[in-house]
Parts: sequence; structure tokens; C-alpha cells
Amino acid sequence: MKEAPGTRDYDWWLLAIVAAICTLGVIEIYSATHGSVLVGMHTRQIRWIIIGTVLMFIFSRLDYHVILDQAPILYIVGILALTAVLLFGHRRFGAQRWIPILGEFFQVSELVKLIIIIVLARFFAEVRTDELSLQDLIKAGLLVGVPLVLILKQPDLGTALVLMPMLIVGAFLAGLQWKHAVAIVLIGLLMLPVGWHFLKPYQKERVTSFLHPEEDAKGSGYQVLQSKIAVGSGGFWGKGFGNGTQNQLGYIPVRYSDFIMSAWAEEQGFKGVLLALGLYMALLLRLVQNAQRAKDRAGMFLVMGVTAALGFHVLVNVAMVIGAMPVTGIPLPLMSYGGSATLFVFLAIGLVMNVRLRRFVN
Amino acid sequence: MSYWFRNDNRLPQVRLAAASYVIVGIITLLLLGFWKLQVIDSDKYGVMAERNRVRSIPIIAPRGRMLDRDGRVLVDNYPSFSVLLLRDDEAAVSKNLPAIADGLGLSLDDLKEQLVNTEALPKFQPIVIKPEATPADVAFIESHRADIPLLEMLMVHRRRYLPGGFMAHASGYVGEVSEQQIEASNGKFRPGDFAGKTGLERQYNDLLVGTDGMRRVIVNSVGKEMGRLEQQEAIPGKQIQLTIDYDLQQVAEAGLGDKKGAVVALNPQTGEVLAFASHPAPDPNDFAIRVSKEEWQRLNADPAHPLLDRVTQAQLAPGSVFKIIMATAMLESKVPPENFTAFCPGYGVFYGQMHKCWVYGKSSHGAVDLHSAIVRSCDVFFYNVGMRMGIDRIAKYAKMLGLGSKSGIDLPSEESGLVPSEEWVQRVYHHKWYPGSTISVSIGQGSVMVTPLQVAYVIGGIASDGDYKQPHLLKDAPSVGQKHVELSENTVEQVTQGMYGVVNEAGGTGQSVKLQGIEFCGKSGTAQMMSYAAASRLGLGKGKNDGWFVGFAPRRNPEIVVAAVVEDTSEHGGTTSGPVVRDIVKAYYDKKNKKTQGQVTAENHPPQLQKNTASLVSEAPKVVLKPQETAAVVSSNEKRKARPE
Repeated sequence: MKEAPGTRDYDWWLLAIVAAICTLGVIEIYSATHGSVLVGMHTRQIRWIIIGTVLMFIFSRLDYHVILDQAPILYIVGILALTAVLLFGHRRFGAQRWIPILGEFFQVSELVKLIIIIVLARFFAEVRTDELSLQDLIKAGLLVGVPLVLILKQPDLGTALVLMPMLIVGAFLAGLQWKHAVAIVLIGLLMLPVGWHFLKPYQKERVTSFLHPEEDAKGSGYQVLQSKIAVGSGGFWGKGFGNGTQNQLGYIPVRYSDFIMSAWAEEQGFKGVLLALGLYMALLLRLVQNAQRAKDRAGMFLVMGVTAALGFHVLVNVAMVIGAMPVTGIPLPLMSYGGSATLFVFLAIGLVMNVRLRRFVN
Repeated sequence: MSYWFRNDNRLPQVRLAAASYVIVGIITLLLLGFWKLQVIDSDKYGVMAERNRVRSIPIIAPRGRMLDRDGRVLVDNYPSFSVLLLRDDEAAVSKNLPAIADGLGLSLDDLKEQLVNTEALPKFQPIVIKPEATPADVAFIESHRADIPLLEMLMVHRRRYLPGGFMAHASGYVGEVSEQQIEASNGKFRPGDFAGKTGLERQYNDLLVGTDGMRRVIVNSVGKEMGRLEQQEAIPGKQIQLTIDYDLQQVAEAGLGDKKGAVVALNPQTGEVLAFASHPAPDPNDFAIRVSKEEWQRLNADPAHPLLDRVTQAQLAPGSVFKIIMATAMLESKVPPENFTAFCPGYGVFYGQMHKCWVYGKSSHGAVDLHSAIVRSCDVFFYNVGMRMGIDRIAKYAKMLGLGSKSGIDLPSEESGLVPSEEWVQRVYHHKWYPGSTISVSIGQGSVMVTPLQVAYVIGGIASDGDYKQPHLLKDAPSVGQKHVELSENTVEQVTQGMYGVVNEAGGTGQSVKLQGIEFCGKSGTAQMMSYAAASRLGLGKGKNDGWFVGFAPRRNPEIVVAAVVEDTSEHGGTTSGPVVRDIVKAYYDKKNKKTQGQVTAENHPPQLQKNTASLVSEAPKVVLKPQETAAVVSSNEKRKARPE
């Protein structure tokens, strides 16, 4: 075994992309909040970014094989933490998702996302065949199913949904058979009415208002409409920094967080969207490239788990902003304001760095 | 636990490459979504964002004031607040409606009905739900800006008229435009706008209305005002000066008092209307805000017809006043000749029927010529004249002298009266003219009908040697319509002498209204509304009459002519209406003498209003009338045709 990797082995391109996206986020958070009671939010976001960067570097030093070795323990810790949230967690905004640590409220489910990436990577890495057997598929499903149900209980549909692409991408790369894929899709469709039954009223309302936006002018349909107005009125060139009326006058809902892309699109126009989505595409492709160059299957699964989670966030969030998907409350990675979410992304990137640093290590 | 997976390097490169394509595909799809919104539909969303951000609130232009001939304010404005309901967001409106109704003290059902009634109007147009906001309403709106962002206050100018229905039928009143008017106006009117409904308010609405401005404010998502955009100032309506003399008008109003009737004073040399009163009169201030359905029904059902402008719309039998027309016709047509005399035993028998003279039962007139027939108002004389003239000659002269057609006053709904003729009876009743009817018409009974304005206009015209000037209320009227009726000097002299005798000679029916030092001439008339026989059958005693008096001064080329009528009176026209006319003529001369003697008057001194008249509004617009716009006076007949009502 060679000694620990050096700084040259870090993926500096990836870090540059991450830094660029964070910059866009901080700029837009500042624009969205500087004239309101939320003033100063951008400095807190910068603080989260700095903490995240430090954690990322620390996390990347620890050999991912060591982390994978601890997967079963992490899984149990994750389940216990989710149970604890349900029992003792802090209620905010109508959901029980937060536990206080060092004076800040953290969403445990963000941490659980990371744990599931690790657990799934460990599980799929242990599959010896090139084709994923049905038993293994079901086992993987159960591994994801338990925390998923616990997160749904909070309730946090958005985060729960993020676990699905991790499972799907992992299974796909582990050699998912087409017949199984078809079967899962069919079962999924059949289960939809049952799943509908388990949705909370506000979640149902979001879906119905997505399907029939005109019937809900003030609820989430209103939010999406205002978001679309913001995006559309931005035009190609945008209204300019601090000049978005939809943003500045508060027509865009949670404009500094879930709908930050809407505020960005209004003020920076299509050219700004091109820049932002271009950066996200570069980020995701760079992650896939890191997966392709991983030293082993386990590393590849880790990186692709991160890719699946971040890609899903980007897709669902941005599609929601332009009214192409229902409102689910999934933040835009690195741009939306939020401590737990930002830390999760940096830790996930740390995991990717971890894999990259060890690609030449035997 | 085996750690064999540490060295398993079978990487699914094909499927990883597929993942890359999926990523590129997803980002591309998202970009296409943005392209659709930001490039293809950008204009649509730009408009929606602007509508979100900007709230347009009209600035109502004050209506022009009305001044009397000396510059005293007759009609002005006072500021007030209306409550507007913004209807863009229907769901929010229906949700908050009960709270709004409760907070503003309105009936929820009325509000709902109003919303239904205004459904056809564009949603971005706010509607007025309460025209007169109280301080409590203002507090309610301000404190609920965040949770009920649907209410807005609008400063408006309410019309203030002189109290007690002073000159109400001339001024008319304004009212909220109806839904139909809004739809027909091509966007000129908005809900809650006011427009003249009757009288001068309607006649000169286009002059009086200004152009509303627009205040544009930036509002945030909870309806709070965050800033202002450039505002479009309101252009106030033009102020109009009337020919009305406030002093004479006051005398006219006081003269009529509680009586049901009308009085109008003209300057026959110019056509200017100096006083114009019709009683009973509604107080237009009651309509200046919003007239309730009940109040409106009550006014319409009132048997005294307070909404009727009796000066231009009451079509009444002229009674003996018509004898002046008969006398003029007789002198002009020489049928019968000028020296015709008749013997009055108190009655006459014509076509087998007895017709009484008004002195029947008390005395008789004996032998009467034209002059004494006018002075003493002998019916029998004019029965004979009428019988000799025939109805068609009577009709010809009556029409020539100005009866049976509109005088052309600048008011919207003048009536033309009626001059019966053989042709008219044939057309309307499809039978031949009964010669007996001519006898009634000769003394202004039967089917002949005139308005008080026509009486003043026609008598003024005759006394001015046949020079008729179109009556008008707008002072600044450069081209007044006029007509000339060819009358011989002898005719005018005889008729005016007769009318002078009515007031000034012994035995004259108007002796009681004689004025010292003034050549005051007149003629009384007492038109029976039903026959003595019918009245006594109904137990109404002497019967109900319309008492007329028309007077002018001086005798030739008069400066003032006044016609008055009191309806439903049991008294003689000289007794009921005579004093009303006399007082106005007296007031006119008192004022004129003061002026010529160099005394202080409103005309040689800027008007200083007394407390009990009208008050000046400080921000009153100072606008000079454009002469060409006032030319409307001349063509008011044509203008009327264009109006729907």
C-alpha cells in the first residue's frame, strides 16, 4: 500500500464547479433577502459552505473502505436516529424533522441520505454476479424501505423520494435485469393508488394542484404560478441583480431556498439559467467521470450514489420551479439556503474525493 | 467478514456511459422548459408580473362647478372616499366577502348581488362597494391590508348642491353610471363613475367631466404599498357659468314655496333664463352618493311627481293666458276685424251648448271690445273670436307664435306641448274635429297644452315685436338661436296695452299685483282640470285649477318675462301665481336700480358669498369655456336626438 494521497490528487475541477455553484447561490440569497427581515442570510450560508468545505476535506482523508466496513453500524445508527426524531424531534413548519445540535437544528434525514449511499454501495459491491438476482434486488429494496418509511412518517416526502434514485441507479449499475425493471415499473404503477392513500392531505393537494393548477389559485398552485411568472418575466437577459419584482416583492415563495432557481431565473434571465444548469451538468458529468475512474466497484457505487442523489435533487427542484413537477420541497443543491442540505452535499462530495484520491492506491 | 470487494474492479462502463447521456438529456429538457417560459412566453409572463406588481388606482377628476351669472357658486364638490373591491382573484374575493361585509357594515347579499351584476366587466377593474367611507371603514381597510388585500380607497369628489332642492330641476343631478352605460361607453366609463343623469348635469356632462388620472403604486405579495410610479394627474372638468341670477332664483323658490308648480324667468332680449324653479323638488344631494331602491321608488310613486321638471315638462292647459295668442291671431289675421265687439251676459251658447264666462253667476261683462276682453279676461268675447277664426287658423297662429314645439332650451328633456288641429284629431283620434271643441280651445281649455317655459318664451317673443331668442341656461353662449315672427306694430301695441291694463287698469284681473313705478304687464289664467260639475260631483267644491300668471316689464321690448303656474289650486291664477311673478319682477328692478345708482352689487364687486348661499371650494378649477363647445346651445335639438333616452 502506498502512503496517503497528496493534494494534487484532489479533483480541483470538481471543486471549482462546486465553488461556482455556491457563489451563484450566495449572490441570489443576498439579492432575495437583503431588503427584508431575512437580511444576513447569505453570510450564514457562507458559514455553512466553509464548514462544509472543512468537513469535506476531513471526510476525504478517511479511506472509504474503512467507512464501507462500518456500513452495518452506520445503518443501525441511521435507523435509530430517524426513530429518535420521530419520538423526540423538534417540530418546525408542521413536520418533525429536526434535532438540535450545537444550537442549530439539523435534519437527520440529510445524514440518512449519506448513510444509505454508503450502505447501498457496500451491498451492491458484494454482489458477485454480473446480473442482479431477484433476491438481491428485494434485499436492497428492504434496506432502503425501512428508512424510507421512517422519513415518510416525519413527514418528508421529498427526502424519502431521494432514496429511490439511489436504489434505482445502484441496481442499474449492479446489473439490473430488464425483466425485473419492467416488473418493478408495473408493480409501481399498480401501487400508486395505495401510495396515494398514505399521502398527507397537503401532499395530495400539491399533486392535485400540479395536475389542475387553475383550481388552486392561492395554494401550491399559486406558488408554482408565481414561480413561472418570475421565470418567464425574466426573459432572455433577466431583470438584473436585485431588480426582480417577483423576487423583491415576495411573490416567489421561499425565494431564498426551494424556489431560489426561480429568483435566479427572473433576475439573470435565460443566460443565467444556462450558466447555472451548465454548471450542474458539468458537476454531474464530472461525478460520473470520477465513477468511471474509480479503483473498484465499491468506489464506483459510492460516487454514483452521490450522483443519483444530486441529479435527482436538481431535476425535481428545477422541474418544480418551471411547473413541470409537483411541489415536493426538495432544495437545489448548493444554491438553496440551508445548513443540513449544504453539509450533506459537501459530505457527499467528500465521499467522491475519497474515492478519487484512492484510485491509484493498491 | 471478507473484504474481497476492495479489489473487485469490474466496472459497468456501458451503463455508466448511459448515465452520462441521461444527465445530458435531463439538463437539456430542463433548459427547453426554461426556453419556453423565458423566450417563447416571456411577454405573457412579463405582463403578469407587471400586473402583480403594479396596482392602478384612478384619481377622480373633480366635476366642473356651476356658477350663477354673477359668479356665485351654485353647484360644487366636496372630497370623499369610496371603498373599492379588487376582483382579480376570485377565490380570495369569495373567501373574504363575509369578513368584508361585516367590517364595512354592508349586507352580504347585496355585495354578492353587486358582484354578479358586474361579472361581465373586466376582472382587473375594481368595483365601488361603498361610496362613502366612514373613519371606521378606513381603519378597517388599513388594519386588514395584509389578510384582506382586496380593498382599496379611492378619493372621489361628491357633488354638493344647494340644500332643499334649490334649482334642482335645472341643475339636475349626477348618478353612478349603470352597467349598460359602462358597456356602451367604449371604456370611457368605469364602474363607480358618475355622470349627469338629468338637467344641466346631463346636458353639459361632456364639459363638466374632467379626465381621470391614474395613481400607480407598487405592491408586494401581501398587498402592501412599497413604492409609487409616475402618476397621471387628473384634469378637472370645466366650470360653467349659468344665466341664472341667484337673487331672482331665491325669490322664485320662496314664491313657490310648498305649492306644486313651476316658475321661469327669461330675458326675452337675450333668451337668458334668469330663474328656473319647479316644486316639489327632490334634494339632489340625496342622489349625490347613491340613491337607495326604496327612496327611488318612493320618489317615482309620489303623486306630486317631484322628479318631474314642470318648467319644461309639465304640459298643461294654459287657460286664459291663451287669450293673448287669440288676440294676436285676431289682430294679425283680421278675423274677426279689430273693432269686433261682443256682448257678454255671463255666458254664451255655441253649437247648441252653453259655455259660461268666468263671471257667470256673479256678474256679466256686458259689451266688450278686444282691450277690455283682455283686461277683464272675458271668455264670451274669445268664444266668439274662436268660432269665427276656426280651429285651423288658431292652430296656425299658435304654432307660428311658438306653441306646440320645443323652445330649444339647453336641457335634455323638454316637452313640446300640444296645439290641436283638424289634422291632429284625424291622425290621433280618427274622427272629424267637433266645432264645439274650438270654443274651449279659444280660452285655453280643451286639448291645447303648453309648458310654463313656452308661455314665457311666447309672451316674451310677442312683446318683443316677434323677436324670439332661444332660451338658454349657459351664460357663455355666443350664438343663440333666434327666430322672427312678422307682427304688425299695431298688434304688439294692442296686445301689450291689454296686458298692461290687466295689471294697471280698473277691473283688470291682475290688479292685485300692480307694481309702483314699473311698467308691469301680465295675464292671468285659471285652467280647469275638470268641469265645475264633475268637481262638485266628486265633492271637491269649486274644483281643481291650474293657476297661471305670465308677466313682463317694461311694456315694450321687455327685459324680463316671467311665467308661473300653480297646480291643483282652488284659487284664481292671478291670486296664486301672480304674486310669484310680481316678486321676481320687483326683485329684478330693485337689483337693477341699485346697480344704476352705483350701489354695491355682485356684478361690480367680486362675489362674497354669504353663509346661507353656497361656499367656495378652494381648489376649484379655473377653466375658461371654449366658445365653440358652447355652440351646442344652438344645436341642442340635434344633440338630443343622439341621446338614447
